[in-house]
Amino acid sequence: MAAPTSVAATRRMTAGGARRTRNWREIRAAYGFISLWIIGFLVFTLGPMIASFVLSFTDYNAIDSPQNVGLENYRQLAEDQKVAKALGNTLVYAAMYVPASMAVALALAMVLNRVGRASGFFRTIFYLPKMTPTVAVGALFLLLLNGQEGLLNRTLRLFGIDGPNWTTDTHWVKPGLVITTLWSVGGTVVIYLAALRQVPKDLYEAAELDGAGSWTKFRKVTIPMISGALFFTLIVQTIAALQMFNEAYTMFFGGQQNSTYSNEAALFYVIYLFQQAFRFLHMGYASALAWLLFVIIMIITAVQVRVSRRFVYYEGERD
Amino acid sequence: MTITRRGLLAGSMGALALGVSACGGVNKSSNNDATKGGDSGSLSTMGFGKPDDVGQARIDAFKSAYPKVQLNINEGDFDPQQFLSAVATGNVPDLVYLNRELVGSYASQGAIQPLDDKMASAGIKNSGYREAAIKEVTVDGKVYGIPEFYNTRNILVNGKALQEVGLTLPDLSTSDWDKLHASTVKLYKANGGRIARIGFDPKLPEFLPLWAKANGADLVNPDGSPNLEDPKVIEALAYALSLINEQGGWSKFKAFRDTWDLFGSGNQFVKNQAGAFPWEGWLVNVLVQASPKVDLQSLPFTDRQGNPVSFQSGSAWCLPKGSKNPAAAVNWMKTMTSTETWLKAGEARQATVEKNKSKFTGLWTANPEADQQIKAKYVKPGQTGFDKAIENYYASTEYAFAVVGSKAGSEIKTAWQDAVNRALSGQQKPDVAMKQAQAEASKAFSAAK
Repeated sequence: MAAPTSVAATRRMTAGGARRTRNWREIRAAYGFISLWIIGFLVFTLGPMIASFVLSFTDYNAIDSPQNVGLENYRQLAEDQKVAKALGNTLVYAAMYVPASMAVALALAMVLNRVGRASGFFRTIFYLPKMTPTVAVGALFLLLLNGQEGLLNRTLRLFGIDGPNWTTDTHWVKPGLVITTLWSVGGTVVIYLAALRQVPKDLYEAAELDGAGSWTKFRKVTIPMISGALFFTLIVQTIAALQMFNEAYTMFFGGQQNSTYSNEAALFYVIYLFQQAFRFLHMGYASALAWLLFVIIMIITAVQVRVSRRFVYYEGERD
Repeated sequence: MTITRRGLLAGSMGALALGVSACGGVNKSSNNDATKGGDSGSLSTMGFGKPDDVGQARIDAFKSAYPKVQLNINEGDFDPQQFLSAVATGNVPDLVYLNRELVGSYASQGAIQPLDDKMASAGIKNSGYREAAIKEVTVDGKVYGIPEFYNTRNILVNGKALQEVGLTLPDLSTSDWDKLHASTVKLYKANGGRIARIGFDPKLPEFLPLWAKANGADLVNPDGSPNLEDPKVIEALAYALSLINEQGGWSKFKAFRDTWDLFGSGNQFVKNQAGAFPWEGWLVNVLVQASPKVDLQSLPFTDRQGNPVSFQSGSAWCLPKGSKNPAAAVNWMKTMTSTETWLKAGEARQATVEKNKSKFTGLWTANPEADQQIKAKYVKPGQTGFDKAIENYYASTEYAFAVVGSKAGSEIKTAWQDAVNRALSGQQKPDVAMKQAQAEASKAFSAAK
């Protein structure tokens, strides 16, 4: 018995050794392939993050050497009225934009899902606005949303509705910005469309046999089956909304003219951070602002992940 | 604890970039090409924008005077992020062209150098420039910029609208605030809840310094500290705000004003969309080209005692920290702002005027001698509304004031502009808004080195 056992053991060891060697080769190859990304991450993301964390404890104007001020920048954050204002604006905008963008994208994706052979064409059409530079989008929507002569209000007037001053009335600035950013919803549409295509047809057929109508099928089949995609876009859109910058800066803060007529209803957190860093050269304070935003985003994302466990269905899960 | 600046620089810039477009870069001059006389080597500029006929004529004048200097003009407008990145990384232009109101902040940060010694060596005298402009670029007794253009404000009036409602020019005098209020209401026109014509546009927030001065107050004290909570400033803001509130309120007012074709042939005077407003002199040049037959009238902005008052602003040439060819840079500043060069610019403008069969509407610079000579040579006196407007702008160069240069100039301006915007949008009452602005600006002033 000993000999065969020994042979088997030797074979197992040899096979194990070969597998380990193969695994090691694969691991090395894998790291080789992702090494460029890792280097990029270390140099352009992690390094700057560490640097900005250190700077957040300094008084630094990017010209002279930074001077350590301890927690002073973080103390100032608590006292700065504009931080609270900018944070409030950003959260309100995110609360409006994220559900709106998901709903619009899902509606468009469902329409596209019903289109037959021409779906590729329409998919491209819906995605094209995403390719438009956001600065151009901001400038364009300043014209479209003008309260007096803008296209949107002219259209509303045809239906007897006197539209609001989207770009100048503080109550309507954020809804106006939501409309502006919905222009770039094409990326989310493509994700939802891919998810919708993956929903097995037999689930719908079974639901129909059980007497389910369109709304019930949507609620009980479609939504659970694409919940993974919905959750992914929820996370991504929330982070994007909390970092809102380009469109708002172009419309309300960019250039001499717009900065003169800046509207505090559009003072988003990252815009305030940018002003502190590049207009007033308060790099240390801006770094502290950046880290506060990072922590806020981490907390919100963690809550979303936690809550999602109850609602998100992943195919292949054990329970 | 002092942290090594260079070690953290790349990281901090990257971390704060936040997806905003990277700076455009600056033409770099080599380290070893600076010469004592400044008549050779390369010379790079930032912020000069794309030169027009007046700018090109002066560039040509410099090239002619210093043919061995290799000139690299970065044609973008001044961009604070680009400038700051350039200074921080040591990749600085030799010269930077920026608004004079920014000079104080950059000077206090050490981003630009004092010029007194270099001006003395190059024979550039403060007396060659208008006092108000020099005052604006002077911080703690040192001059940080050579002033270039000189924009003043007067009131431009749509004669057609005035006649339509039976008013005369004195009815729009800013000396009698009650009368101006009544005239504004009379000139204002609305159809079905939508504005059809703004009667009098007080030009808030940008002209608050003018309204405050007319009411006897300055926004910045002589020592550079903010004076935003002064009751006279608040009173001036409340009055100017009341003019807007009588004309539909800020959101409608601004939305309507945004539809004006300011530079086009269908501008606000041609379309009868505006009654009157204070504005800089360059608009006269736009109007005379776009709509020479418009019934333009004008009058000086006056304080409440009836004395003419105007505030000036404009650009300046500055020497960034680390400029590699400072001698050539100072030669450029001197050449670009000398009387001889401005006369060549005047000649170029006259050629453009003749080509377009238009009218010479004036060239207002921080060099009073140049202005006098150009005016004498090219401005033809007359009795039209345009002629009178041109005369008013020349007159206002003699009494215009400057907002005092401050080491926290940028922060102070942002504070009061934001306050006015809060008041305009109804978020805060003028006194509350200016109180907050004063607190923000004072904090920035105290923190500035």
